[in-house]
Parts: sequence; C-alpha cells; structure tokens
Amino acid sequence: METQRQAARERVIFNNVSKTYHGDHGSVKVVEDVSFKLAEGEFVSLIGPSGCGKTTMLQMLAGFVTQDTGQITLDGGPIKGPGSDRGVIFQEYGVFPWLTVEKNIDFGLSLRCNKHLDSKRKELVAHYLKLMHLNGFEKAYPKHLSGGMRQRLALARAYAVNPNILLMDEPFGALDAQTRLALQLQLMEVLTEERKTVLLITHSVEEAIFLSNRILIISARPSKILRVVDVPFPYPRTPELTATPEFQRLRLELEEVSMQQYAKQQELAAETQ
Amino acid sequence: MPQERAVKRSGCAKQRGFSTAPFLAGVASFLTLGAAWGLLWWSNLFDRGLLPAPWEVLKVLIEQMTEKGLWLDILLSTRRVVVGVVCGLAIALPVGFLLGWYKSVRAFIDPVINFYRALPPIALIPLVIVYFGIGEPARISVLIYAAFFSSVIVIYEGIKMIPPIYIRVSKALGASDFEIFKKIVVPAALPHVLTAFRVSTGVCWTTLVAAELVAAERGLGAVIVNGQNFFQVPVIFVGIIMIGTVAVLMDQVLRYATAHLLTWQESM
Repeated sequence: METQRQAARERVIFNNVSKTYHGDHGSVKVVEDVSFKLAEGEFVSLIGPSGCGKTTMLQMLAGFVTQDTGQITLDGGPIKGPGSDRGVIFQEYGVFPWLTVEKNIDFGLSLRCNKHLDSKRKELVAHYLKLMHLNGFEKAYPKHLSGGMRQRLALARAYAVNPNILLMDEPFGALDAQTRLALQLQLMEVLTEERKTVLLITHSVEEAIFLSNRILIISARPSKILRVVDVPFPYPRTPELTATPEFQRLRLELEEVSMQQYAKQQELAAETQ
Repeated sequence: MPQERAVKRSGCAKQRGFSTAPFLAGVASFLTLGAAWGLLWWSNLFDRGLLPAPWEVLKVLIEQMTEKGLWLDILLSTRRVVVGVVCGLAIALPVGFLLGWYKSVRAFIDPVINFYRALPPIALIPLVIVYFGIGEPARISVLIYAAFFSSVIVIYEGIKMIPPIYIRVSKALGASDFEIFKKIVVPAALPHVLTAFRVSTGVCWTTLVAAELVAAERGLGAVIVNGQNFFQVPVIFVGIIMIGTVAVLMDQVLRYATAHLLTWQESM
C-alpha cells in the first residue's frame, strides 16, 4: 500500500502552510505548519473539531483563501484562485434554485472556461443525470428535491466539468443517517467508475474510515496534523465492513483521539468568548 | 436510491396561473363591503347628502365614464404611474446593484439615501412646482423620485442577501466576474426586483394622487378635487373607488407576473 502510493503521482503538496485571520477581536492562528501530500486517485479525510481550521485548509486548496506562509503546490505549480480543475462540494449544497436539475448540471459547462467540453455538453449532462440517479427529474426545480438529491445534484454539477480533484466540506453533514449512508455508498460507486483525488472534511470518524485511504487527524486550533492513519481495508467497501471488529477497533481508537481534540477546542472557544 | 425518501413531483406546474377560489373570495369580500355600505346608507345614521347610496355612485360612475371622460383620467393617471415606476426603477437598478455589491459605495451613499428615503415625496411637491411649474414634468419627476427611493433599498438589500455560497460554487466551476453577474446575481436578485416593482407602484399611486390633488387638470386626483369643488360627493366616491380599483388591478398584474417568473421559489 505504502509503496504503491509513493509510486503514484503527487497532485497536491502542502509544505509548512500557516494561516492567521485578523479580525476585530485580534488575530487567530487557524492553521500552523501543515504539511501533507495528496497522490493521484487518493481519498484523504480530515477529521477535527469544528472551528479548528480544516475548512481553511480546504479553501486554500480551492483557491478561496491564500496562505500566509509555506507553499501549496497543485500539479507542480502554485494555486492562482479557484478553477474548474478542482470541484468543491459544500455542506449547504449550493444548488441554484432558479435552475432546473438539468440546467444546474449544465451550469459549469455553460461557462466560457469550459468551452472545450462544448461538443459533449448534452451527453455530459445526460451522463451525470444518470450516474447520480437523477433521471426523471431533469425539468424539476431544486425545491422539489430532498436533501440527499440536492447533494447528488451538487455532485453531478461538480463532476460535469471533469475536475480531477474533489474537495468536499462536510458534504453529508446536513443529511439524516440513512440518506448519508446511501450517499456514501453512491459516492464510492461513482469514484470506482470515475476515479478522482478526494479531500474530504468530516466530523464522522466512521465516515472517514469507511471512505478513505488515509485519514489526517487535525488538532484543536491552530490546526496541526496530529496523526496520519492509513486505512487498511481494500476497496470496494460495503456496509458490512463497518460491523467487523477491525473496523470497530480503528473507529474507537480514532474517536478517542478526536474527542480529546474536541474537548480542547471547546476550552478554546470558551476562552475567546 | 432505494433507501431515500421519495419526493413528490406533483404540482410542478399546476400551482401558478389563475385560480378561481381566491378570485371568488375576493369578489365576495367586495360584495360584503358593498352590502355593508348599503346598510349604512339605509340606516340613515349619516346624512344621505354626505353618504350617497352605492347605486347612486354606480350611476355617477357610468355617467362620468360615458359623458365626462373618466376613462381619460384613469388612462392619464395610470400612464403617469407607469412612466414614474419604469424610469425610477431604471435608475434604481444600477444604483441598487452598486450599493449591494460594493461595501465602500454603500458606506458612502447609504446615509444620503436614508435621508431622502425618509422624506415623503409629497413634501417635495411645492419645490417641484417652483422648479417645473404645474405641468406634466413636475408630476413625473416627483413620481420618478418616489419610485427610485422606494425601490433602491429593496434592490440593494436583495443583492446584499444573495447567499455567498452561490458565488463560491460558480467561482469553483470557473465563472468569470461577468458570468457571475449574469448567471448568479441577476436571477438571484430577480425576486427582489419584482418586489421593488410592486412597492414602488404602491408608493407612486399614493404620490400621484397627492400631486394631482395639488395641481392637475385631469387625472383621478383631479376628479376628486372637482367633486369637492362642486360639492358632488358621489363624484368624490367615484374618484376614490377608481384609484383603489386601478391600484389593485395593477398589483394583481404584477403578482401574476411574479408568480410566473419565479416558479422556482420555495414558498410559491
């Protein structure tokens, strides 16, 4: 597993990255000296307490936020703002309510920067409609969709412009447990068909183990990488995996670490108030 | 997905458009009002010279329509409102966008806007008469003023409230600034622009009548003033009823248009 990953191409490199926010109530260091790498096709999760700076890390990679010090390299070059090579999935879905399902998927394809996909536009929309199990809802507006369907729509929209990296910020956080599991399975299915490099932020240790090759446990603020965990289970994974003793052992172990950080972050939050 | 809750797809297209039940309820409510008025007249609590009977007013209404050219007054007043609203909105749209989009512009212009907005447009009528006389330019300029200040706030609050996630999503998909404006800001602001349209239409009717009461030869405000001058109470009633009717009709048209343009909205 280890040698395999080293052989794969490195897509993303974080090298001693730090970030401090300056607000009205003083400065807060949110990310400190973070270094990690994402290899081609790898699925990496970040677990950490809320408010610890995981989202900032993802947003730096997405190009919404710039680091203060250190380097972030994407395919060998620096990051110059957001771009369609990195698909971003948010917890709040962000599907456009004024567009039908079909038009939402087509949104990215309608932009000038994705003109090279113009000839395949119709096929791509139809393909992702089907892949995300949204067929039959082409002409429906998002108001008629459930939360899970909205998130699938957001995924279809991100996939349509063919990014090779997916950045997901607690994508299933707002969904009920059943829908969540369904979407996790589906994400895995889709990734088997069209492999992407994924960076996932999640609160759920179980979700992280179930989906990832590797888990980075992030400390309370400022974000540091506390532990790197290689997930030993082979793909494709099925829900039965979560019932195995190996899975449960790993889950308990990681939950303990993550709970400690959660408590620390609570103390921090109490101090600042 | 099998595990997922099924979603109702019914009612996608059926909700919008004309529906009979609320229309009948509206008619019934006006009939009740008319009946109450008739009863009040019949009870003789008020001097019948001051409170005409509904049928008397109806008779005068028909008379005014056929002999005195009431339709021209309606047409003139409506045209003034439409011109005022359209011009006022045409100015309010770019200004509202600048205010909503650029924080620095907002900080600079907001106080001034709030000052003028707090000022009732009617207060400007004397000044406008001094500047433009009592002709059409005076009335129209007051209406544009009224439409602009009542709509600019609605528009810029609307622009300000566009959820940042839409902007982020479109940026992540590679949208340029112009594309964000065209494909996100415009459709996301549309509901607020339509609200601004309705609000300014209402304000313009109020202002118009005030302007016509002060200075106009024709128009629904002038009809009321004439009724007062010749002590023809039924004519005053006709003027008031027509103003209400036209304003309600215009609002209905706008509502209908809004429902059609915004089928995608959650609350529709």
